[in-house]
Amino acid sequence: MDLSLSPSEQEFRDEVRTWLEENHPGPEPEGSLEEVMAFRREWQGRMHEAGWAGISWPKEYGGRGATLIEQAIFVGEAARQEAPSPANVLGLAMGGPVVIAHGSDEQKQRYLEPILTAEEIWCQGFSEPESGSDLASLKTKAVKDGDEWVVTGQKVWTTFAQYAKWCMLVARTDPDAPKHKGLTYFLMDMEQPGVEAKPLVQITGEGEFNEVFIEEARIPDANVVGGVGNGWTVAITTLMNERAGLAFGAIAQIANSLKRLGKLATETRVNGGTAADDPVFRQRIAQLNIEAETMRLNAYRGLTKTMQVGIPGPEGSLGKWQWADINQRITELALDIEGAYAVLDRGADHAVANGAWQYGFLRSRANSIEGGTTDILKNIIAERVLGLPRLR
Amino acid sequence: MYFDLTDEQQAIKSTARDFLAARYKSERIRELAESEHGFERSDWEEMAELGWPGLALPEEWGGQGLGVVELAVLFEELGYALAPTPLLSNTVAGLALATNGTEAQKERWLRPLAAGEARGTVALFDAGTPAAIGEFELEAVAAGDGIVLGGEKVLVMDAAEADFFLVATADGRRHLVEADADGVRVEPETSIDPTRRLYTLHLDGVQIGTEATLNGGQQDYLPVLWRACVAIAAESTGVAQRTMEMAVEYAKDRQQFGRPIGAYQAVSHRCAQMLLETENARSAVYGAAWAADADPDSLPLAASMAKAYASDAGWRVPDASIQVHGGIGFTWEHDLHFFLKRGKANAVTFGDARWHRERVADLVLAAAAEPVPA
Repeated sequence: MDLSLSPSEQEFRDEVRTWLEENHPGPEPEGSLEEVMAFRREWQGRMHEAGWAGISWPKEYGGRGATLIEQAIFVGEAARQEAPSPANVLGLAMGGPVVIAHGSDEQKQRYLEPILTAEEIWCQGFSEPESGSDLASLKTKAVKDGDEWVVTGQKVWTTFAQYAKWCMLVARTDPDAPKHKGLTYFLMDMEQPGVEAKPLVQITGEGEFNEVFIEEARIPDANVVGGVGNGWTVAITTLMNERAGLAFGAIAQIANSLKRLGKLATETRVNGGTAADDPVFRQRIAQLNIEAETMRLNAYRGLTKTMQVGIPGPEGSLGKWQWADINQRITELALDIEGAYAVLDRGADHAVANGAWQYGFLRSRANSIEGGTTDILKNIIAERVLGLPRLR
Repeated sequence: MYFDLTDEQQAIKSTARDFLAARYKSERIRELAESEHGFERSDWEEMAELGWPGLALPEEWGGQGLGVVELAVLFEELGYALAPTPLLSNTVAGLALATNGTEAQKERWLRPLAAGEARGTVALFDAGTPAAIGEFELEAVAAGDGIVLGGEKVLVMDAAEADFFLVATADGRRHLVEADADGVRVEPETSIDPTRRLYTLHLDGVQIGTEATLNGGQQDYLPVLWRACVAIAAESTGVAQRTMEMAVEYAKDRQQFGRPIGAYQAVSHRCAQMLLETENARSAVYGAAWAADADPDSLPLAASMAKAYASDAGWRVPDASIQVHGGIGFTWEHDLHFFLKRGKANAVTFGDARWHRERVADLVLAAAAEPVPA
């Protein structure tokens, strides 16, 4: 057991730290989503030039071939310094790895480089209005027509759909096969007449996500990934990549939130002292710090296990569950500390911290829904880690 | 970065698992729970042969010289087996002597303690006080060439047949009181946990010489406390692990409404929660154990985090397991109640969750003054 970084890992950490300090452009502009995306594209370009885009990808595909621990260090350090996201988050974390794992040589040749440069943004077309947690029940259908597929259906919660060139689309190609078997994984060109993205306004007032309406869109045969009928397996790989990559960024982000929470407590007057003197707030602050530490340590245990076994296990579900829970409770505590002022939102003259905690409180409601709901994660843990019988 | 047991640590775990499973079957634990002292000398001698009393004590005093990680491995297994043994109290006494004992005290008491030939325990809290860490009231009254101790120490673990006590006084010092000294008497108390016995230690004008006082004051015993916290938190993790396994097995077998109850999400999600709490406790424990061995500056925070978390998980998981078991889990006949009782007793020993969270708050709020990225 050794929880410290080895000399070579430390060297890598220092290299990452220095490069980020010297290069990351600071907080995102407070403007339209277009301006934010332009800012992120520029940032990703700089990352790519220095070889930091796609660090987990093998070197032969333009990545850095970083080990899991190096990826964890990079993601954690970027989150610690609050470096902005690259523009093509989904392409880097999911699209590229899927093409590398399941794609043909031609597909690798065609798609990987523009993901790294952010020239082509990717989005993910999995969820549908009638198929959320029960993803395999999805109804969007693709019908063969010569050497093309004709696709009709609707997708939802599609981040970046309005900027995306390519959509990782799972559609039903065999309506008669059992539900997990009749699916195929496509790369769909978003820039065509049959595809329309409409932003969904969420409880924060923003539109991060979209609905995507697909009406007889056309996808060439050459854009099938992993073979017709293998869509479920390919999609699952994508989701595992999503979860494995997120953990260490989430941990650093929580650490920053906890520091801000501590600062809020020391600056907020309560009962003649500050919230940092109040025994009840102190207990809650401590408990969140403790749970965040267990989450961090669990992730390192998971990393060691993944390095031993080769693939991330279902235990990763614990981390995602815990992240959502802790993140929500941090914002709840912040609002409790603010007291009556907790009602003042962004834009109010007397809002505490410009309403950042109000935004965080509202945004974090989705944490236990997005990327696998907490209730579904508990099912996964019960069935796949504990071996309890399935209800279905 | 490697967060798993090494082969050697894994070997300690397997040895302990096998030995304890063979010794402490349900009937045996029940027998000991009703026996006079709560453990048996023959078991102790076997544990001594395995080197357990001196596991984390220095080799120069006859210990094995292993670290707190190895200690945590052993105590997790002791909790898993619910072993009735005075190993915890003896370990704490040994660590206190190793840290703050004089050479003469170590020669006289630490060496036999490490070999399992003499047994010690700590006597900290005074009757009628809040029993808070560091707040001791017994006065060390100067008398001739030494001191006189008069008072009642409560919540003393495994005092029966102990050879010596490390008695805390108001000045934060510890004094070695031999069990057969004049004026020393132990009275059994009734603990909710019959597998770990508590006693009241009566000190009736006990005279000791200056050579019986250990070095250091209360601050010097904190590193001992943090290690004790890691050990007991590891034990609670083992309690949680075992009772979670019991719940999962039962949920697979027990049929109601025509299917195993584990197929119902009200039950399976409770089991998932038990896993989360058990794994969190384990991570916190080994994180703190590693800190004790390799990064002592971070030990106070890590130990308080581990103890706070495991204090809660150590009784909540057995409690949840009782709920999964339903009526049978509430019977004396089922073993679950022994685990619940050990978990709850551990929760309030060496500082309860509230006390440790307060320490965590102190440390993290002090750090809140550090700059935050823009």
